[in-house]
Amino acid sequence: MRRYLLNRLWQSAVTLVLATIVVFAGVRALPGDPALALAGEDRDPESLRAIRQQYGLDQSWIVQFWQFVSHAARGDLGQSIRTGAPVRSMIVSALPVTIELSVLAILIASVIGVGAGVVAAVRRGRPAEWAANALALLGLSVPHFWLGLMAILYLSVALGLFPASGFVPFFSNPVANLHHLILPALILGTGLAAVIMRQTRSSMLDALSADYIRTAEAKGLPARTVVGKHALRNSLIVVVTIVGLQLGALISGAVVTERIFALPGFGKLTVDAVFQRDYPVIQAVVLVTATAYIVINLLVDLLYSVIDPRIRVRGEA
Amino acid sequence: MAVAEAVTPDHPAPLRSNRRRVIRRILHNPLALTGLAVLAFAVFLAVFANWLAPHEPTQTQLDHAFAPPGTVGHLLGTDDLGRDVLSRIMFGLRASLHVGVLAVAFSLVVGVPLGLIAGYFRTIDALISRLTDLVLAFPFLILAVGLAAIRGASLGNAAIAIGIAQIPGMIRIVRSETLRLKSLDFVAAAVVEGAGDAWVLGRHILPNAGSAIIVQATVGIPAAILGEAVLSFLGLGIQPPAPSLGTMLADAQQFASRAPWAAVMPGVAIMLLTLAFNIVGDSLRDALDPKASRR
Repeated sequence: MRRYLLNRLWQSAVTLVLATIVVFAGVRALPGDPALALAGEDRDPESLRAIRQQYGLDQSWIVQFWQFVSHAARGDLGQSIRTGAPVRSMIVSALPVTIELSVLAILIASVIGVGAGVVAAVRRGRPAEWAANALALLGLSVPHFWLGLMAILYLSVALGLFPASGFVPFFSNPVANLHHLILPALILGTGLAAVIMRQTRSSMLDALSADYIRTAEAKGLPARTVVGKHALRNSLIVVVTIVGLQLGALISGAVVTERIFALPGFGKLTVDAVFQRDYPVIQAVVLVTATAYIVINLLVDLLYSVIDPRIRVRGEA
Repeated sequence: MAVAEAVTPDHPAPLRSNRRRVIRRILHNPLALTGLAVLAFAVFLAVFANWLAPHEPTQTQLDHAFAPPGTVGHLLGTDDLGRDVLSRIMFGLRASLHVGVLAVAFSLVVGVPLGLIAGYFRTIDALISRLTDLVLAFPFLILAVGLAAIRGASLGNAAIAIGIAQIPGMIRIVRSETLRLKSLDFVAAAVVEGAGDAWVLGRHILPNAGSAIIVQATVGIPAAILGEAVLSFLGLGIQPPAPSLGTMLADAQQFASRAPWAAVMPGVAIMLLTLAFNIVGDSLRDALDPKASRR
């Protein structure tokens, strides 16, 4: 276990360093002189030189990279070109929205996905399985941002069931907060629910034909106990695995969902930064996302090896 | 791996009969046939859009703006600028398929050789696996955002971003197939007979990994089509006025209450297209899976 842990930590560290280099190099590959962009209207050589000095742009790449890393490690991600606000505070205010949205989406997707998956496995060959399979296929094929548009058009605007856009912080009004987030979370969770459903169904089918289940049934245990016990134990592994695998899709989906529902989250920050060519923000956003992805993936893997001991053995082999 | 077991022919003859069995299974599956028919129809519309579309996709007719579906000359209605929704969907399908095929082709060209190398040569495996992890650390949209910032937003760059995002999946599939095939007797026999690495990879491993690659590509195309729609919707993909299903939706969002059809129709088109691809992909996977007949 310890060896697996160290190995996994080492892999994550290497990936993180490589990701930082990619982000740094990527920003340097941007067209145009950053000093010119930073200077804005004021473009006389004197102030350009001052800006280059201030941002260390006159230093060698190695020095610049070191400064970038050491500043980032201290939480200093620079300032927005557009607003002059520290990028760090922009991210700190946007991140909770995205995290809440994603966690809600995962919860909704798990409940729907595991429920439908168990039903599909238990009711094999009946209309319930057919319906669950069809729903999963639809969930995988429908463009989520379009589903979001339709939901706003028909559920929010026409029926007035949900607010069409906007956000209320959880701590100022929890009920309004959930009311604003439930529809976006549902939309974001559809694809995830479809993947969880399919995986739950197939692992349940495998399990239901396993010898120990037949033994349990032969002993006369009621089907509800057999399925319930098994479903609960297995579904946890399935959900953790899928969330790990679908994390990238979830982050991408959150960006679009926030855009549609005008949520002031990380995704909106990202898209706005691209359109405003706000390079320090783009750089920070990409770096934070990559770091978050690597760290969450590490946590998922570790959690996974706690839930399912077989992984540990494989990792050590 | 269930898929893997289906394609374990030790010499070319079973490979051929395998292929026949797969085709037979697909032809006997009404759902798969429906999916194929929808795909064929979509490709037909896209390829011949120049002749089939009733109007120029970018032609604005302000006096015809917001015509509802069923209006004479505008079967699916018009948008805020009086552009014909049906014509724009046809050309949008062309853009979607273009990006889908381009992106998957890109992931094949890069991913298949890297997967073969990673699976065959253990020394390079670690390096390629680390690079795969690195690409995975940038979620597709973040990758596309970065690429759009560096190279500008366009159809080609959208396809590259989507293709890059699909490379890790392709590498993993090809790598695991290579690992499995490498351990089989017929490969060992070829090596004993003095076959070189390139010969073994190209002549023995690649053909037998083919079905797994085809399934992965079939799954990749609808994902790429959805990706293109998302990017164009955000303004990071195909640039207006060129018609794309994603930009149509982005435009329609502005006047969705006034002309809901302009928001509904392009989404339905994307959904039917990806649904058809997913159904065909699923059927293909099941047809290649010997366990599928039991289920």
